[in-house]
Amino acid sequence: MTRQLRGRNAAPRRSAAQLSRGRAWWALLFIGPAGLGLVVFYLWPIIRGIYLSFQDVGPFGGETFVGIDNFVEVFSEPDLGRALLNTLLYAVICLIGIPVAMIVAVLINTKGLKGRSLFRVLFFLPVVTMPVAVALVWRLLLNVDYGVLNLSLRAIGLPGVAWLSTPVVNMVVIAIVGIWMGLGTQIIIFTAGLQGIPDTLIEAAELDGAGPVRRFVSVIVPLLSPTTFLLSVLSVIASMQVFDLIFLMIDPNNPAQSQSQSLVSLFYTRGFLQHDLGAAAAIACVLLAIILVLSAIQFRLQRRWVHYE
Amino acid sequence: MAAALALAGCSSSGGQDGPTTLNYTIWDQNQEPALREVADEFEAQNPNVDVEITVIPSKDYWTKIQTQMSAGTGPDVFWVNGPNFQLYASNGQLAPLDDTGIEAGDYPDSLVDLYTYDGSLYGAPKDFDTIGVYYNKALFDEAGLEYPAAGWTWADFQNAAQKISDPAKGVYGTAAAPYGQMTYYNTILQAGGEVISEDGTTSGYDTPEAAEGVQFWADLIANGSSPTLQQLTDTWPGDTFSSGKMGMFLDGSWAAGTYSAAEAIADVIGVAPLPIGPTGENTSVVHGLANAVSAKSENLDVAKEFAVFLSGEEAAEIQAKTATVIPAFNGTQQAWVDALSTIDAQIFLDAVETGAPLPISKNTTAWVPVEEDYIKQILSGQLDTETGLKELAAEMNDLLAKE
Repeated sequence: MTRQLRGRNAAPRRSAAQLSRGRAWWALLFIGPAGLGLVVFYLWPIIRGIYLSFQDVGPFGGETFVGIDNFVEVFSEPDLGRALLNTLLYAVICLIGIPVAMIVAVLINTKGLKGRSLFRVLFFLPVVTMPVAVALVWRLLLNVDYGVLNLSLRAIGLPGVAWLSTPVVNMVVIAIVGIWMGLGTQIIIFTAGLQGIPDTLIEAAELDGAGPVRRFVSVIVPLLSPTTFLLSVLSVIASMQVFDLIFLMIDPNNPAQSQSQSLVSLFYTRGFLQHDLGAAAAIACVLLAIILVLSAIQFRLQRRWVHYE
Repeated sequence: MAAALALAGCSSSGGQDGPTTLNYTIWDQNQEPALREVADEFEAQNPNVDVEITVIPSKDYWTKIQTQMSAGTGPDVFWVNGPNFQLYASNGQLAPLDDTGIEAGDYPDSLVDLYTYDGSLYGAPKDFDTIGVYYNKALFDEAGLEYPAAGWTWADFQNAAQKISDPAKGVYGTAAAPYGQMTYYNTILQAGGEVISEDGTTSGYDTPEAAEGVQFWADLIANGSSPTLQQLTDTWPGDTFSSGKMGMFLDGSWAAGTYSAAEAIADVIGVAPLPIGPTGENTSVVHGLANAVSAKSENLDVAKEFAVFLSGEEAAEIQAKTATVIPAFNGTQQAWVDALSTIDAQIFLDAVETGAPLPISKNTTAWVPVEEDYIKQILSGQLDTETGLKELAAEMNDLLAKE
């Protein structure tokens, strides 16, 4: 009996080893292009960045080792703290986009909804629109004197707001635009998650007398939690690196410009306007560390609220 | 000299195997057609040379050029401006043009000074710009004011700005735009101050004269003659002026073509020299671009020849006719004035005589963001002028010391 068993197991194991050697080559071949991209565009720059953060870099190259001077310099200036607070504020507000995306995804996936494809297109449109165009259109809407928003406020007797040139307010506004831009992608991922929920579970809940709200809260939300977790990790990583919207919506002549920098825009100013690549690399390293810590915290916390089937 | 000729001979005989390609990089799309015409002319005279023009939008221009130069893939010939010139010249990125036969006497002195580093000329002056006051005659008539004319003063300007302003109607006298070259650099000079010492090593912001020049603009915002900084951020004041809702706007000669063609103001637009300040001067900042040659160019001799040609008389005449920029080559500017028939564009040429070069140092772009930050806080009333400028001078001096 035992011999038989062993014999039966032993034979496939050998062939599996042989097979896997052949498969490994195939696997490498398929992973190759993506892996190469990862090394060239992600790993190597990270290593280079860490290396540069300990160097004094001339405007056209030429490096001298300066130890932790760049970090000392960056940490001794108030800019970094302000940029960090702005970036965290942006990231936190962006997280609010996730429940919004979930609700929209559930609503536009309701069976029998008329014009379902139209809604899908409308919500996805901002994703495929150029950020430059998005930023320009929003700047028109938010214009102090002629923007639709302020004109509406004035029409009902309220004072207008300098949306983009009031510190903090402008970060909130830009984060809302950021949510709007990313909503489409999040809705698609939630839609995929929703399709993974077996109809039988929903029907069972319905038979037990659960209304639409109860079904959403007690069945759909917990079953979507792995998707929610994935999106929250991606959202934090992406929003900690916010740059384009700030760069496009906050002009150099904006009176709140220096108070409205994110970590990456500070990196840009230091590296490319002030020609101090060493200090810029130090800022990038700080950002890398923060993102690593935040992601680790999220993975730790997920045990408490993410349900896998 | 003989050696240089021999070298030049070598490179042109080598060129017979195939054409030499020169890359010329610029940032203004509006000027591309005229420059293409100039390049075609150069190609016709040098059959072995092929010129490619690349346009990089100004917002990305310097980051891209810097990256390309660091990687050794930079253009052969490219535009440089005052704020970035010394960074490139002092780091050995530009080829000196002294041996090309270019005559400094053919260009305004302030431009030759601007592009001279350590006694050598590193940029062939391409064009120049000065600042003037564009005004709207209709709004002056409405307010019952006389049109600005040569010899008018700061007081006349302030008075007119206040009388024309009517914020309820969205009409403003002028705009205190936080752009040094267009506004406060001029008034600081007119008050007898300076932005940076002549040798570019210390800040001039901690003087009462500089404070007076900045206060001029802060007052205009405070008394409602100018939109607030928040409004100026959201609506470019040039657009407000173009739509007929601003009495006077200080802007460069580069904008003359645009404003005199703007539909709402084309019939009522006028230009006047800057008003006279407390010292009796109406100094305007003079700036201009130059064509520079990369020290790493593989076709150094041809590239130098092309740069000099681009800044020569023939090229200047082609460009002047398009009414975009004032060509730097002396004696070719009249075509630019003539192309702008509806305004007295001559005032921009006259301003060169009494003008002062744009304030720069070795790493100008390192302190400009700091400068703009303080000025914006002063103009928006968050900081008192004197305290703000003292702090600005201290920070600017720190940055200058690092250069």
